[in-house]
Amino acid sequence: MAYSDKVIDHYTNPRNVGTLDKSSHKVGTGLVGAPECGDVMRLQIEVNDDNVITDAKFKTFGCGSAIASSSLATEWLKGKSIDDAMKIDNMDIVEELALPPVKIHCSVLAEDAIKAAINDFRVKNGLAPIESEKVHH
Amino acid sequence: MNVPIYLDNNATTPMDPRVLEAMLPYFTSKFGNAASRNHPFGWVAEEGVDYAREQVAKLIGANEKEIIFTSGATESDNLAIKGVFEMYKEKGNHIITTVTEHKAVLDACKHVEKLGGKVTYLPVKEDGLVDLAVLEAAMTTETILVSVMYGNNEIGVIQPIKEISAIAHKYGALFMTDAVQAVGKIPVDVNADGIDLLALSAHKIYGPKGVGALYVRRKGPRVKVTAQMDGGGHERGMRSGTLNVPGIVGLGKACELCGLEMESEAKRLSALRDKLESALTVLEESYVNGNVEHRLPHVANISFKYVEGEGLMMAMKDLAVSSGSACTSASLEPSYVLKSLGLSDDLAHSSIRFGLGRFTTEEEVDYAVEVTLKAVTHLRELSPLWEMFKEGIDLDSIEWAEH
Repeated sequence: MAYSDKVIDHYTNPRNVGTLDKSSHKVGTGLVGAPECGDVMRLQIEVNDDNVITDAKFKTFGCGSAIASSSLATEWLKGKSIDDAMKIDNMDIVEELALPPVKIHCSVLAEDAIKAAINDFRVKNGLAPIESEKVHH
Repeated sequence: MNVPIYLDNNATTPMDPRVLEAMLPYFTSKFGNAASRNHPFGWVAEEGVDYAREQVAKLIGANEKEIIFTSGATESDNLAIKGVFEMYKEKGNHIITTVTEHKAVLDACKHVEKLGGKVTYLPVKEDGLVDLAVLEAAMTTETILVSVMYGNNEIGVIQPIKEISAIAHKYGALFMTDAVQAVGKIPVDVNADGIDLLALSAHKIYGPKGVGALYVRRKGPRVKVTAQMDGGGHERGMRSGTLNVPGIVGLGKACELCGLEMESEAKRLSALRDKLESALTVLEESYVNGNVEHRLPHVANISFKYVEGEGLMMAMKDLAVSSGSACTSASLEPSYVLKSLGLSDDLAHSSIRFGLGRFTTEEEVDYAVEVTLKAVTHLRELSPLWEMFKEGIDLDSIEWAEH
């Protein structure tokens, strides 16, 4: 199976690899997936007082598509408001990276990681987590 | 040195140019049907087949009359298992095999179960070897066949074939072995090893794809298998179909070359394999899978904990290897062979198989080491699991959301 150029680009030059201070109340951390399944993503966001994401970092254990999906997600998150970040759909990632059907779960995981990071941030700041009612494609 | 470098010789091997040379006339000038008994075209083809039969037989210590040519080892495995079950079902309906067999054996056994047969799938020990006591305990008066592979395709472990066949025979059962990975790589002798049926394939030993053989013992005991295809009654009635003469000639030549070069080649390859393995296990949290004493000379299967195999292979640019991670297939289940050794799923997902071969050079191995070390280090920098491990967090203490 050949990877798309965009997957290869994100995989070879991953954006925003790293770790934010998870104890900070400005930072939300999403850890999704499981080692047994071969994918674990950790996505972190730093949010300012205007609810805008000022920084995003990731680390991912997984295949090239999983690494590319999380790298792309961090790129998209930076500068977005929390509300806009909630709207990122896994299919946007699939389209951007031209993921084949067998790799769609990587994009789902990235979307889950975004939502988990946002909810972690919300809970830390006394807000209720947002329940996702979305049915994945 | 040309890239990409091929280190997947357990999947298939490049054909040796000497094999190709032997085959070529049988596509054109010597094109006859080996079953045409009434003219020289047929005789010439038959001569080629007969010579190849001797070459194959010699490599495994058999008589040439005991070699049945097939389309490959999958067919040989099917013919042996289904054919023995049909032929001996009056005697008993029980077959014993192991969980680490190739799918061709496992699925043929599943088929036998559908036909009313009983199959015991023996577990293996942590090192991948069959526990002889467990095998003996599984033997019954109904057991007609024990089928255990000679060398494993994923981890390269060599089963104690002599001991296993002795147990099978003690209880009156036949012993069959899928020896695809072992034949031509290590000495295999059907008499010394007590083998009644043996499957082999040409393309794993520098021969062409689409041809293989089944050894069927003729003396002590005389073994018969029921044909699985109806037709002209070729191959002593056990396998109908016009013989693939060029392929068979190629298989014969490939066997001859392996016989001549095996001893020096096994030494060379195991030295290269050991070099590769010791250079890579310098990495923290890297583990060699399978028994390291009893194994084929050319295979190394290593798990690099906290990195995922497919992602790792992508970083090992210019190296053709394979992984126990099943991320590329529709199922997310990692290798059943590695799991049956008791490896956790995450270690199975982290495994890479290096398969060296006749055309592998030391320079290529050195390059492979360099690329692999870099790739593992790079991916661990990206891995949240590696970071947690480094922080001393017990990964088992985390409640993972399985998906």
